[in-house]
Amino acid sequence: MLEIRIHGRGGQGAQVGCQILAGAFFKTGRWVQAFAAYGGERRGAPVTAYLRVDERPIRVRSDIERPHHIIVLDATLLDDSSIVASLRPGGWLFVNAPLPGVPPWNSVRVVTVDATAIALRRGLSPVVSTTMLGAFAGASGLVPLEKLVEAVREGSPARAEENIAACVEAYWACAGLEAIGA
Amino acid sequence: MLTQVATRHTRILLTGDHAVAYAALRARPHLIPVYPITPQTPVLEKLLELQELGELTADIMTVESEHSAMAACIAASLAGARVFTATASQGLALMHEMLHYAAGGRAPVVLVNVNRTLASPWGFWADQTDSLAQRDTGWIQLYCESAQEALDSVLQAFRVAEALLVPAMVVIEALYVSHTLEPVEIPDPELVDEFLPPYEPPVRLDPATPRGFGGTTAPVQWRANRLALKAAMELALDAVEEAGRRYGELTERAYSSVETYRAEDAELVIVTAGGIAGTAREAVDQLRGQGIPVGLVKLRLFRPFPSARVAGLLAGVGKVAVIDRNCSVGSGGIFCQEVRAALHAHRVTGPQVFSFIAGLGGVNVSADRVMEICRSALNAVSAPPDPILEERL
Repeated sequence: MLEIRIHGRGGQGAQVGCQILAGAFFKTGRWVQAFAAYGGERRGAPVTAYLRVDERPIRVRSDIERPHHIIVLDATLLDDSSIVASLRPGGWLFVNAPLPGVPPWNSVRVVTVDATAIALRRGLSPVVSTTMLGAFAGASGLVPLEKLVEAVREGSPARAEENIAACVEAYWACAGLEAIGA
Repeated sequence: MLTQVATRHTRILLTGDHAVAYAALRARPHLIPVYPITPQTPVLEKLLELQELGELTADIMTVESEHSAMAACIAASLAGARVFTATASQGLALMHEMLHYAAGGRAPVVLVNVNRTLASPWGFWADQTDSLAQRDTGWIQLYCESAQEALDSVLQAFRVAEALLVPAMVVIEALYVSHTLEPVEIPDPELVDEFLPPYEPPVRLDPATPRGFGGTTAPVQWRANRLALKAAMELALDAVEEAGRRYGELTERAYSSVETYRAEDAELVIVTAGGIAGTAREAVDQLRGQGIPVGLVKLRLFRPFPSARVAGLLAGVGKVAVIDRNCSVGSGGIFCQEVRAALHAHRVTGPQVFSFIAGLGGVNVSADRVMEICRSALNAVSAPPDPILEERL
């Protein structure tokens, strides 16, 4: 079972982005489970979204404590060191940050992408989740771009074409990228 | 009549709440009186969307409170309508008086409750106390572990409720089921229509043939009414089995009042309900992989309580670990009370019953924690009379 966690702030699209990524994996024939934890519905408050992917129905219903990969929509959330510490050895950390602001951690493969700049150019700010999904798909190779694009089109509450454009741009920016700190 | 293959469905990604809305769509209710409350709101949002698309033909009646919603449910149901509603937490608490009214009036309303903490303090998290506090209202109660089970159980609840004229509550947990997106099969309408024919009440409120409902009774009449409800509720034990079996014939997803998972030859059996049951399956597999023989008994039906089945399933077991995501303050875990009472009533004295309270207020219960619970019970010499708090393990 593959376990992914997305950290963002209310309004950045962590929850919807997680559902979109679930949809992309579902289109490849996998079983998925996606949910998010947040307090009162407040913009800017930390939001954690969880995604499980497996070849068979998923039964476990709990938070993901040791994810294989983590996607961070706002680098200031990494002030909480427990986020990186929870990553499994060999895991990938995707951070929305202009290079080279994020240091490499030992045994953690870090991919940074300036998702805010891409999203701003596409008229999406503050929603950066679809951009980060493109980076995730490009660097990890875990989900095909065409499935992700389909899922973004179906799952975007608004501005589907802008979300797709940002997603694709980040995908190619990160495709085949040798992760920093690997 | 047909009993054909089970491929007549659509599998899509849905949250538990949206799966519930699709169940309501397929059940073809006439009326849905409802008041929104987190984490039930997506049920209502999806129903309104389905109505807007022209798929749902039911009237959605938005009222000023959950108390009024249930009052409207009762009146419409007694007039012969098929009625659906959904709520959570404070909303269910506000309905409490009317829940008794529905059961006493034999109105077969189907209600989905999303288990959420009761205030105070305020919260939005998974906790079973809201629905368990309604256990004496005379409603059938089914607890579900997944979005699929929620959808399927709503349809079965209508079949059972309308056959017995007893209202039924289908319960899912906040967040871990209500807001979790997962693959769900929606059975085709013809399949559901075969499973759930239109509601034909034996009597109905109708101005053409005036009748009364809820009038003042003498003690003997009141007792007769209550005992009739008791007798009907007892029939639900078999009716739930029949509905679960028949549903399985049509969809290949059969259900029962109590489900077991790898419980044969288990030295320790976990007993739990709702979403934690899914996590417990994972824990059982991992422990069995380590050579530790544990199993699971999942309580799906809570009212009527399947006392004889539970006692029978646990009769030969050495240790039982009941996991409650609720706490009756001053007593303990509510599912554990019922399990212990069932064993005592059926003179099953063998198992040591450990009461664990875990995941209160939506605190995460991982498979690792369930395994720790199992290990602590296996290592203990004897079960303490008081509940064991999971966070102190």
